[in-house]
Amino acid sequence: MKDVKSPVSKSAATGKTGGLNAEIQSRIGHQLRAMYDDVVRQGVPDRFAELIRKLDVPANSSQVEEDEGGGTNNDGRV
Amino acid sequence: MPLTDALRDDILAAVPSLRAFAISLSGNSDRADDLVQETLLRALANIDSFQPGSNLPAWLFTILRNLFRSDYRKRRREVEDAEGNYAKTLKTQPSQGAHLEFEEFRTALDKLPQDQREALILVGASGFSYEDAATICGCAVGTIKSRVNRARSKLAALLYVDGAEDFGPDDTVRAVIGGNG
Repeated sequence: MKDVKSPVSKSAATGKTGGLNAEIQSRIGHQLRAMYDDVVRQGVPDRFAELIRKLDVPANSSQVEEDEGGGTNNDGRV
Repeated sequence: MPLTDALRDDILAAVPSLRAFAISLSGNSDRADDLVQETLLRALANIDSFQPGSNLPAWLFTILRNLFRSDYRKRRREVEDAEGNYAKTLKTQPSQGAHLEFEEFRTALDKLPQDQREALILVGASGFSYEDAATICGCAVGTIKSRVNRARSKLAALLYVDGAEDFGPDDTVRAVIGGNG
């Protein structure tokens, strides 16, 4: 998460020929995370929650899945 | 290790960031979700090969990244489709100005070489260490560092330097850059 280099100096902002200035880098880091977090915040779509839940029951097991809400189930860790 | 409830929960918890990574890579939300689905199936099928105590997100990201790579070789990215589909993935539409800036950023990101883009996302957005990112990408730590640096430089050039390629920064950005002398 801490991809942005610590701010070097404000005056570096004027030199766009050489090194990248801290402000632009911080802005890029910010936009990158904003874009990414927009998707992260959508949480887990139902199709994936279901997929993982279904495949959780071993094929040769006689266990019946009875858990709908993701709370307690089976005899594993809760 | 066997698929315990705890492990299943951990996999589930990784899904949101897997999706974000997949969308960042593919630029297409439908394809990204297919990629995530395939990743989960593959992970669950190979769960025995996961080492307990090792980094589960890194393991899942590695699978997704490899799937994307092999898929990429088969069919080219549908770049022209990327922006529209990506916008659809947003629950809340950003305001007009922010949206424009977002589009520009997305477009610039798409222009990066794939190696650089994935390195930047893993380190800068997913929050992986350089070491984890190197493991995920199957390369040296130094390689990741240099890819991230090059990605940042290129983004800065595309977004914030006047006359960069075929689009320039918007007024807000100009004000920010120009106004802080």
